[in-house]
Amino acid sequence: MNLTLKIWRQKDAKSKGKFVIYKLDNISPNCSFLEMLDILNESLIRKNEEPVVFDHDCREGICGMCSLYINGRPHGPDDAVTACQLHMRKFKDGDTITVEPWRAKPFPVIKDLMVDRTAFDRIIQEGGYISVNTGGAMEANHILIPKPAAELSMDAAACIGCGACVAACKNASAMLFVSAKVSQFALLPQGRPEAKERVMKMVKMMDDLGFGNCTNTYACEAECPKSISRSNIARMNLEFICAKASWE
Amino acid sequence: MAELNSKIPKGPVAQKWSNYKAHQNLVNPSNKRKLDIIVVGTGLAGASAAASFGELGFNVKIFCYQDSPRRAHSIAAQGGINAAKNYPNDGDSVYRLFYDTLKGGDYRAREANVHRLAEVSNAIIDQCVAQGVPFAREYGGSLENRSFGGAQVSRTFFARGQTGQQLLLGAYSALSRQIKLGMVKMYNRHEMMDLVMVDGKARGIIARNLITGKLERYFGHAVILATGGYGNVFYLSTNAMGSNTSAIWQAMKHGAYFANPCFTQIHPTCIPVHGDYQSKLTLMSESLRNDGRIWVPKKKEDAEKNRQGQLKANDIPEEDRDYFLERRYPAFGNLVPRDVASRAAKERCDAGFGVGPTGLAVFLDFKESIGRLGKHVIEERYGNLFQMYEKIVDENPYENPMMIYPAVHYTMGGLWVDYELQSTITGLFVAGEANFSDHGANRLGASALMQGLADGYFVLPYTVQNYLSAEIKTPRIPVDSKAFADAEKKVQDRLEKLMAIQGTNTVDHFHKELGKIMWEHVGMGRTKEGLTKGIALIRDLRKKFWSDVRIPGKIEELNVELEKANRVADFLELGELLALDALERNESCGGHFREEYQTPEGECLRDDQDYKYVAAWEYVKEGEFRLHKEPLVYEETEVKARNYK
Repeated sequence: MNLTLKIWRQKDAKSKGKFVIYKLDNISPNCSFLEMLDILNESLIRKNEEPVVFDHDCREGICGMCSLYINGRPHGPDDAVTACQLHMRKFKDGDTITVEPWRAKPFPVIKDLMVDRTAFDRIIQEGGYISVNTGGAMEANHILIPKPAAELSMDAAACIGCGACVAACKNASAMLFVSAKVSQFALLPQGRPEAKERVMKMVKMMDDLGFGNCTNTYACEAECPKSISRSNIARMNLEFICAKASWE
Repeated sequence: MAELNSKIPKGPVAQKWSNYKAHQNLVNPSNKRKLDIIVVGTGLAGASAAASFGELGFNVKIFCYQDSPRRAHSIAAQGGINAAKNYPNDGDSVYRLFYDTLKGGDYRAREANVHRLAEVSNAIIDQCVAQGVPFAREYGGSLENRSFGGAQVSRTFFARGQTGQQLLLGAYSALSRQIKLGMVKMYNRHEMMDLVMVDGKARGIIARNLITGKLERYFGHAVILATGGYGNVFYLSTNAMGSNTSAIWQAMKHGAYFANPCFTQIHPTCIPVHGDYQSKLTLMSESLRNDGRIWVPKKKEDAEKNRQGQLKANDIPEEDRDYFLERRYPAFGNLVPRDVASRAAKERCDAGFGVGPTGLAVFLDFKESIGRLGKHVIEERYGNLFQMYEKIVDENPYENPMMIYPAVHYTMGGLWVDYELQSTITGLFVAGEANFSDHGANRLGASALMQGLADGYFVLPYTVQNYLSAEIKTPRIPVDSKAFADAEKKVQDRLEKLMAIQGTNTVDHFHKELGKIMWEHVGMGRTKEGLTKGIALIRDLRKKFWSDVRIPGKIEELNVELEKANRVADFLELGELLALDALERNESCGGHFREEYQTPEGECLRDDQDYKYVAAWEYVKEGEFRLHKEPLVYEETEVKARNYK
């Protein structure tokens, strides 16, 4: 395949960025998108140019580190995959492919296609856990959990924290990410004792960090590589309203 | 030269850990506040250790090279975690888990360590459930189990095909709680560059801030390395792209011994290699072997036609299929341990029965289990794995058998540690895959997660405390002292040396070349000739690297190529040691298979007379290592030839 790449280049957080066009020939359709970028970088280094910086690590769709906005969609044109599992067979010979970083105020660009997502860590630090110290646990089977609840909890827990939901949202809302964690614990008996405090604190931090509100377009669900359901947002809203009512 | 004292406590194996805990020294709460602990790596072992230390009241600094601690490669573990709960009432016990793990490791692990691992396994499950890890459940609400290789009981707990992810997120959440409480300070996008030694003890690290490129100095009364395995020395592996050996390799240069480097695990069920541009190999969980049957065509001409694309798997009749694992190992069938399954697949492919375009693949077939259980059951059990396979290979595994081939997955070797997980450097502890401790020559499936969390939650909080009890009077050493300045200078010199080369080839070029040498000469089937040749080739490549690598950019900025070059430089040294260890070990055991030492049936031929020891290598200078031996003593178990027939 022969391709034209239009890639966002930005020196650092403070500099102004711009698109730069690169031509790439002879790409195998079985190549992954990131392997295609590896090939581009190899050629740039050989020409004494600076390689394109992008985040990636596991390359099997689970670490959540890759974060490319490809042809106007987080993680590109294939459904329910991360960019590292997107393969070039999803494109056509002669295509022009536009590659940008996540665009959201709480995710500032570090360099080129790499952004800072520590905002997600800060939300989790507010309450994305069950407060139990090591060694303080009871026998595992003393907590019986109905299979449907465990399955729903697992559906929510599958979130990889990549930030595609924020990048997809016109408001840069983090509701899908936050609600997935709130739901995981809200659905389990272990999570109930702290449920109110958890949702209040996590939502407050989400707002404080500058993430936008949800206006129910569900772009987040459509673009989520793990297909996290928007029903988690409804569950979080319910948890939040109940918590707020009993809090005040 | 450090002494190899394994410090195994006295008493019967089942009481050693209790005895240790009963007699160890503790640190009182007011003194804990005065003590700093550095943890490098945020995978299962590192995150769980850091969280536990924070809960106890120590000051913790934790480092990872990724953008968030939640990205560590433990996250990619799929199948499950073992524990001796015996919920299915199928005959499991702590002893049975201990025995299976020891036998699975081909009697090259320490009894005392393995027994402790089995002992604490149940508490790990309790801990994870309390944290809200959504394990699979039965309809009655209790926990569900499944089988894994090397065991005849169902003792594996799982969260779909994402068990590692869920356990890591559990540890990450515990870590996040301690970060919020101010007990742990998190340093993401920081890479450890060197260890700082003061008066013969590990007292800190030099880290590079990967965003600014600046070197930074950190002090700790103790340092814990939980930096994972070194599988990426093969370039293509199931490891993450950033997984590296640099932290443990730098520690080795300060006097930590490297144990059993040649014990590397090749996982039988990975998606086969397809092209030169390929950057990594994707694992298909071992759990698939519960319901999938592995086969190749019985007739060579059928295999040949399949390779040419003229004969599809589904068109090969049942009587012309060779279910070679079931044929060779009727007792364990498709659930033999990984090393055995991998070698059997290689044997068939080498003999001309391999399938797929390259001939380096075998089938993993779900037709029978879909017929027996229905597609929906298979989908519920392995849905995400089937989806992943289809995305990568572009073929529907519900309709056509998967094609799989062995790939480098895990490294049993690592820094030598004693019973307390302390290396030969005082104050330097090593946990998880980075140490050599529990898996001998081969690791059983679902045991890596168990070991990572055992080390972090239940071993280090005791043993590091025992060490620190003697450090309560040691004041924090200022990082502007000479030891820190010297260590930083050394790192700076090395980075400048790398940047000054300005050769013609990229870092990836050298890494791929190294990978080819390793796979060809130090891979699944090793010989004296091949290893000797491999060592010469690695030396040659290392020389070329140091004169011809090209790294663009500057040191004091975000520079991905420089990060990679620094790691590959260490892999180029480690590769040689790995081959040397394989050459020195004149036997076959577990993941180490020397073609000269096999039974007439092609099984491993161990030499317990001469090689029942841990090979612990001391770094002398580049390309020169000194061997020390820790004899392995088996008091509880009888050392037998492994038999899965």
